[in-house]
Amino acid sequence: MKDLSSAGPLLDIQNLEKKFDLDKGFLETLKLRGGRLIRETRAVHAVNNVTLDVHKGEAVCVVGESGCGKSTVARMVAGLLAPTHGEIHYAGQRIDNLSRHAMRPLRKKIQMIFQNPYASLNPRMTILEALEEPVRHHNPRYSNAEVRDRVAEVMRSVGVDPAWAKRYPHEFSGGQRQRIAIARALTVDPEFIVADEPISALDVSIQAQVLNLMLEAKESRGLTYLFITHDLSVVEHFGTRVVVLYLGSICEVADTATLFSNPKHPYTKALLSAVPQLKDDRPNHIRLKGEIPTPINLPKGCPFRSRCAFANKRCDEEKPKTIQQPDGSLVACHAVEEDRLDTAASV
Amino acid sequence: MSDLSHAPAPSRLQKVMDSTMMYSFRRNPVAVASLAVFLVIAVLSFLAPLIAPYDPYDPASIDLMNSEYPPAWVNGALPEFVLGTDDQGRDLLSTILYGTRLSIIIGLCAVALQAFLGITIGLVAGYVGGRTDSLLMRMADIQLSFSTLMVAIIFLAVTQALFGSETFNRYAVFFLIAVIGVAEWPQYARTVRATVLAEKKKEYIDSARVLGFGPLRIMIRHILPNSLSPIFVISTVQVANAIISEASLSFLGLGMPPSQPSLGSLISAGFDYIYSGSWWITVIPGIVLVVLVLVINLLGDWVRDVLNPKLYKG
Repeated sequence: MKDLSSAGPLLDIQNLEKKFDLDKGFLETLKLRGGRLIRETRAVHAVNNVTLDVHKGEAVCVVGESGCGKSTVARMVAGLLAPTHGEIHYAGQRIDNLSRHAMRPLRKKIQMIFQNPYASLNPRMTILEALEEPVRHHNPRYSNAEVRDRVAEVMRSVGVDPAWAKRYPHEFSGGQRQRIAIARALTVDPEFIVADEPISALDVSIQAQVLNLMLEAKESRGLTYLFITHDLSVVEHFGTRVVVLYLGSICEVADTATLFSNPKHPYTKALLSAVPQLKDDRPNHIRLKGEIPTPINLPKGCPFRSRCAFANKRCDEEKPKTIQQPDGSLVACHAVEEDRLDTAASV
Repeated sequence: MSDLSHAPAPSRLQKVMDSTMMYSFRRNPVAVASLAVFLVIAVLSFLAPLIAPYDPYDPASIDLMNSEYPPAWVNGALPEFVLGTDDQGRDLLSTILYGTRLSIIIGLCAVALQAFLGITIGLVAGYVGGRTDSLLMRMADIQLSFSTLMVAIIFLAVTQALFGSETFNRYAVFFLIAVIGVAEWPQYARTVRATVLAEKKKEYIDSARVLGFGPLRIMIRHILPNSLSPIFVISTVQVANAIISEASLSFLGLGMPPSQPSLGSLISAGFDYIYSGSWWITVIPGIVLVVLVLVINLLGDWVRDVLNPKLYKG
């Protein structure tokens, strides 16, 4: 967690919150409860009070199980969704409330890589058209030769032969398509990339290839990543810092090495114990009981309370705040704060 | 893979001939026959000024004394009128050729107008969503709740009364195109909106938004090309419908004037003489109309099967 730039974080997320309304329109909000007609709007609380900063040169990984709000955070940072509350600052400038026009210069700096390479390229455009379009859009003064050079350079840098440019996306494999999608994001020369599970749709042998490509681009272009994933082995390989999300709230933020050697939050411990290992002939998983609570009616206290072995009365009533630990990690857990984890250690 | 990229690229014609669509076309005798018949009718009618033996628009070439001669294979025919003559003494073959040309032109132009209106409205409604979507789709519902013919009859009757018969007859083609075009746009708008709603959720649209493209560019460059197949399918059916609508309106006397006959007005003109034995004035243009609409519909069926394989073979 070394601060590489003295000018503050590149991306600064403050108290970010996103609610998706379930009942749209007046009629859907009317409900009959106990013989009386009442108005009630249900909402999915996808992201709750997430505060996070990303410094230049980092690769911050956001992990968590399905439906914990990882992708929603990514989409809000990329400007695809507007937050319900909270602010997103990029290089000191607030970006979550900008108009499309005001956002345009920032589009060159913040790019996104999507999960499914089979859906993220327009099937009716050759990859040449797909790659030239953003270059021309953001650099209207480029001559045709400059555009061609730029596209060829980006294609070579992701390992796609520029001679294939006249082909359509369906003529490529998943890994090749994901590299083309990365190339498309790189055409505008971004400095910050939001990657929403970019390798989860790929074959394992291709995953490493794409990851290494992203690491390479990070070194050569000085990129900063916000990397969404649910694969902890990828995090160990790729991330400099890890954010663990559970039900839209932050559990733990720590440097990758710290998190893997010394996880503190009970949920992080359970997650790490679930990573399969080759030497493990008698796995000692921490088994979480129960299900994730529904994000429609959030529990009042700690979101993890219903599945936590260390939960007590305070956890039922009070939502834990993230507290800085001696080794620099941030943990939101009453048990860690009160130091009851080790005494009650049955794991 | 690099070997492949150096192989000589197949020519465009070769690519078209090798495509799945052409393969399915060659394997489908109904489609081949329909296209052949349609092309024969279309080419002959568009070459009418060159191949028709008489010019039905030229009053000098018409002799009223020639009226109601039967076709060549019936007793009492004149050899120079192969399909006989109509009530005004015009050669029926020439009149049908000119009339078919007019019917096809009106059909195509009306569908072009429908497509333009419907695609624009459908794209906007589907992409923008929310209130705009509700408003535009309610307009479409209202439009659909009136039948096309009812709207057309009211509109044409009012314009005919307003401008007088002479002005109306001069611009009848444009009035017909306008009224058939405007009356049927919801067909396109609804289909386009439905495909836009499906395409809008795909990641390549998100990707385009992250790259900072404007809504207009995303709609036209990204969504529209991916919504073309349903548009093709309804277009063929709509051309047939528009030709039928035009014929119906002309039959009711609200379409093309007798001096510029379309298929519908020919059928209508002959209808007055059907009891006096001159059946050919109605029957022959009628057969041409039925065949034309039938082959377009058969082609439309084939296009739908090819572009939407899930529909029947699922």
